[in-house]
Amino acid sequence: MADSSRETVLNGIRTALRRGPVSESVRRELDGRLADHPASVVPSIARGGRDALVARFIAQAEASAATVARVAPDGVAAAVADLVRRHNLPARVAVAADPRLDDLDADGVLTVDRRGTPAPDDLVGVSHAVAGIAETGTLMMASGPASPSTLNMLPDTHIVVVRATDVAGGLEDAWDRLRALSTDGLPRTVHFITGPSRTGDIEQTLQLGAHGPRRLHVILVDDGPDALGQ
Amino acid sequence: MHVTSRRFKDNVRGAVNDANLRQSLATMKTGFRVKRGLAVAALPEFEALREAGKAIKTHTLEHLDHYLEHFEARVLERGGHVHWAPDAETARRAVLDICRTHGAKTVTKGKSMVAEEIELNAFLEGHGIRPVETDLGEYIIQLRHELPSHIIAPAIHVRKSQVASTFRESHPQFPADRPLEEPRELLDEARTVLREHFLGADVGITGANFLVAETGSSVIVTNEGNGDLTQLLPRVHIVVTSIEKVVPTLEDTGTLLRLLARSATGQIMSSYTTVSTGPRRPDDPDGPDHFHVVLLDNGRSRLLGGEFQDVLRCIRCAACINHCPVYGAVGGHAYGSVYPGPIGSVLTPGLASLEESASLPNASTLCGRCEEVCPMKIPLPRMLRHWREQEFARHLTPARTRWGLRAWAFAARRPWLYRLGTGLAGRLLSRLGRGRGRLARLPLAGGWTQVRDLPVPPPGGTFMARYKRGETR
Ligand code: SF4
Repeated sequence: MADSSRETVLNGIRTALRRGPVSESVRRELDGRLADHPASVVPSIARGGRDALVARFIAQAEASAATVARVAPDGVAAAVADLVRRHNLPARVAVAADPRLDDLDADGVLTVDRRGTPAPDDLVGVSHAVAGIAETGTLMMASGPASPSTLNMLPDTHIVVVRATDVAGGLEDAWDRLRALSTDGLPRTVHFITGPSRTGDIEQTLQLGAHGPRRLHVILVDDGPDALGQ
Repeated sequence: MHVTSRRFKDNVRGAVNDANLRQSLATMKTGFRVKRGLAVAALPEFEALREAGKAIKTHTLEHLDHYLEHFEARVLERGGHVHWAPDAETARRAVLDICRTHGAKTVTKGKSMVAEEIELNAFLEGHGIRPVETDLGEYIIQLRHELPSHIIAPAIHVRKSQVASTFRESHPQFPADRPLEEPRELLDEARTVLREHFLGADVGITGANFLVAETGSSVIVTNEGNGDLTQLLPRVHIVVTSIEKVVPTLEDTGTLLRLLARSATGQIMSSYTTVSTGPRRPDDPDGPDHFHVVLLDNGRSRLLGGEFQDVLRCIRCAACINHCPVYGAVGGHAYGSVYPGPIGSVLTPGLASLEESASLPNASTLCGRCEEVCPMKIPLPRMLRHWREQEFARHLTPARTRWGLRAWAFAARRPWLYRLGTGLAGRLLSRLGRGRGRLARLPLAGGWTQVRDLPVPPPGGTFMARYKRGETR
């Protein structure tokens, strides 16, 4: 039954295209295209030197209604504490089990009693991005033991740490990084996050925080030798 | 697919008299159109991207069988399942079987036009499974028992006061005197209610904007994040989608993503673009244990290799709908199909039958704006004309129109008769409208004069007569 449905669809396609299965030479050509995955038109906003890309990443992220703080490598905990204080958020934060996010509670301001997936009532979540994309101000998050996908969606406030050296130009660079992450296929869930959750479904008035976070805060860590002098 | 397009004319009458609807449609024009214009103008490479996107889709459609097989192989490799569905019934059955295997009682749904096309909700309900729409617009119309009136803003026809009364009726768990005037209050209430559903559902169903053959991934684009909670929290994720959504590589997906958000909402990128590949891995802390893809054909393969193949390039951005003067005047429900506007008028006769949707190809002024804004450069007006020709050839055009067109064709092939006819008609019209300059009623053209006046031709004969006398410039 299942197999016959499969054949019905595939044969329907071939009949309409007035041919049988693709020939061996065409197949090689198509598989070659898949293996080479050539880029097509890459917009100029996806290109530039490191400083320009970092600046564009910040500008685009802010244009998407995210907020951005730029800090030195040892300034992450203080930046999280600062945001929590400024917005009167609970000091209890859910933090991804990424070793780069250890010690957020070291100076006693924040409480971290959960590493990993958030509980439904956790209001603040902290994660680490694989990359930032300058072209669109997007954060790329890849699921795995160090980065639960629900942490990107459930808390009201989502804080994402990204390193300046991980800011890529455009989507093409992001795909390359993804492929490099693992040899046996993509991570289960890859989130490209551009600003907080939103909806325009009620009379087309923009509201932030539809089902995902109302607030997206990016902590950009100046880790590159050339980025430190900014 | 349940299609009531034959009633287009009756539907329109209701629509043009609906003040709420007119207000909503007016917002759409200032909203989507302006934002798209700005986003497109800000990207110098937009035209080049359109050409590239068109080439990618054309290439994929020409080798659709191969890319689908490649996609299937990657999904299986990652531990997922693929269900091929030649028609709507097979697709619905596949979803039901998966739900039953997992003992599902409640199913959350991200927005999926293909699920609308196969009328999945009614089917699941009929089999004792409760589907809950989670896209805010879809949730609103589900509570109101309505159909979507727009492919990316399904509740665009509903005013916030109507949403408020719907919520008061459907959410008795909240105090009756709570304030529900502001969009924020409405959203917060929906968010609270839907959170419970997200956490309690057994199965999550999403659509797909793209399927990536290279990696076996499904890609969804949302602003609310509902599609993410839908697929991350339940144990089972089912993607209900159609065969033409496949693209070869991640790079190809990127090209189409650059076109999609700009053309749809004027964003550079929607809030969430989510690439999902197989079920969760052994050491993943969350995500679904099972991953299924239902691949619907439902008439699409028949469109390949012919004059309607190009419509399969559509990425459902809704730009053609947002810019259509007919949609802007009558809204989505009048079309009587889940796919309204120019794309719907071309696609619906292809998926259903031309008999059921006969009025649709005529629901257009052929002004050409849809093709101008279509990121995939689909020649929608040309295709609408093709359907009209088929309609005429298959005797689906109303008798009076057929008689009129025949008479016109007879005269047009005989210049002396044509001149005689137009000369007489011109004089007659001038007579009828004497002194007023406009005609409010015209025999045999009541449909036309019902909503507008016909200007009376100036005296002095037809254009051709005056041209001959050298009176025109
Ligand atoms: S036909 Fe073109 S403009 Fe209309 S929804 Fe499809 S891609 Fe968008």
